Parts: sequence; C-alpha cells; structure tokens
Amino acid sequence: MARMKFLCDAERCIECNGCVTACKQENDVPWGVNRRRVVTINDGVVGAEKSISVACMHCSDAPCMAVCPVDCFYRTEDGVVLHDKDLCIGCGYCFYACPFGAPQFPQAGAFGLRGKMDKCTFCSGGPEADGSEAEFKKYGRNRLAEGKLPICAEMCSTKALLGGDGDVIADIYRQRVTVRGKGAEVWGWSTAYGPPPAKPAPGSKS
Amino acid sequence: MSARLAVAVFSALWLVALAGCGERPQAEATYKQGKYQGKPDTRPWDDAPPAYGSAKWTQGDKASWETEIKTRNLSQNEYVRIGQ
Repeated sequence: MARMKFLCDAERCIECNGCVTACKQENDVPWGVNRRRVVTINDGVVGAEKSISVACMHCSDAPCMAVCPVDCFYRTEDGVVLHDKDLCIGCGYCFYACPFGAPQFPQAGAFGLRGKMDKCTFCSGGPEADGSEAEFKKYGRNRLAEGKLPICAEMCSTKALLGGDGDVIADIYRQRVTVRGKGAEVWGWSTAYGPPPAKPAPGSKS
Repeated sequence: MSARLAVAVFSALWLVALAGCGERPQAEATYKQGKYQGKPDTRPWDDAPPAYGSAKWTQGDKASWETEIKTRNLSQNEYVRIGQ
C-alpha cells in the first residue's frame, strides 16, 4: 500500500458542505473547530466558480512535524500524520507552518485561551487504545481500525472527495477524467440523458 | 565561643545557599531532538475486525487489512458501481 491521501475533484464539488458536517458529527468536533472546510473561488461567477474541500493533507514531508517544539507528531505506517494531545502545548507553530490551515485550536474562556491542537486524523484516532472512549474524546473515531475509510470521503454525495490509498484514488480519478472528456461532457449531459441520437444516414428520409 | 558559633551558622547557611545551585534532570525520559516523544500507537490491523459491519481481515495481518481497505476504496469509483 502506498500512502493514505485525499483528492478533491474541483469539477464535481458542489459546495454542499456534507463532508464538513459528516466530519463534525462522526468525530464529535467541538464548536469553533473545523477539521475540514470547503473553499470556493470565483463565487457567483458563472462557469468560473470552483470549490474544493480542504483538511489535513497528511503531507509526506509535513511542515507541522518539522516545527513542533515538543515533537508530538508522528506518521503511521500507512502515511497518516497524527499527534499526541497529551504532549501538545498549544503553541500554534504548526498552524503557521501548515499551508492548508489544517491545525485548529479550540478556544474557551474569556481571554481567548488556546487549547491543544486539533486536526483531521484521516479518521484513524490517535495514540490511545483503538476504539476506546479516551481515543474518541481526544481524537475522534477510529474508522481505519474498523476497516473503513474517512467519513468525509465516503459521505461525499458527488464523490468529488476521494480518500484512501493514494495509488487507488489516483486510478479512480484518472479513469474519471478520461471518461468525462472535456467541454460539455464534463457536465454529464450524455450520462444523465443518454447518448445523443444517431444522425440519419445521408440520403435517407427523416 | 560566639565566634565559633557564628562560623558554624555561617557555614551552614553557606551550604544551604550552595545547595540551590545544584541541578537535577527534571524529565525522566531523555529528549531526542526531532524524534516523536509521545505515546506509542497501535496499527489498524493489530485489532480484530469489529463484530458489527462487513469488514473482515485476519488480526495482525497487514496484507488482509489492506485488501479490505482497497475493496472499500474501489467502491468510491461509481463507474465500477454503475451497472452492477
């Protein structure tokens, strides 16, 4: 197996925020923390609006790991970047280092107290006993240990967001791009309404 | 007599004051720069598949877990699902 990765197809994402909602529900993410967000550019411009769902990309050379002063990050054998919340000091260096804004900090109290960092775990929990209550409270649900994939990708209604083994989802995306072609075919008219009617042969009566 | 007592008290105070200059290691584990310092984590295939659901793999066997995950992964390809 290669590495666990996310891939979001900007041609398919319809900005429904289903992935965000599914993530918050599945992992019981606290108010104010978004492990996943949908980013839209050219909002409202016909034909130019594109949306993409962004969370931790589980970088192969993760900058958050490089800058953490207490070295609380680790990478699992299947390429998921996780961290130990018992060790995290909530300094926020990882937030500055991350190009995707993935690290989140729960805020509580009157003076904007910054808690320990929280981020997407690829639905694979953290350094606690798999499936335990402690793991769920700190890191959320461990779906990989249940033989499942991240809920955001599995719940995506248009299958814009793919998650799993990088080689497999790259193959799925490659096939998709090849089949849908370009231009009007991207919108799927022929898929939705069937292939266009055959043109009559020249000279035949219509 | 008072001079001896004064020297003794002064020496004792001096020793107490010097004791504050000592430094003991405050962390039991030795910190290694750039190495993960947290608790060890288990791997997904180390657990048995849950009793509920359809996931099946042999506990401790990475290859069988990967096969299960790949099957699940391929279900995200609707070009394969359509027509089944």
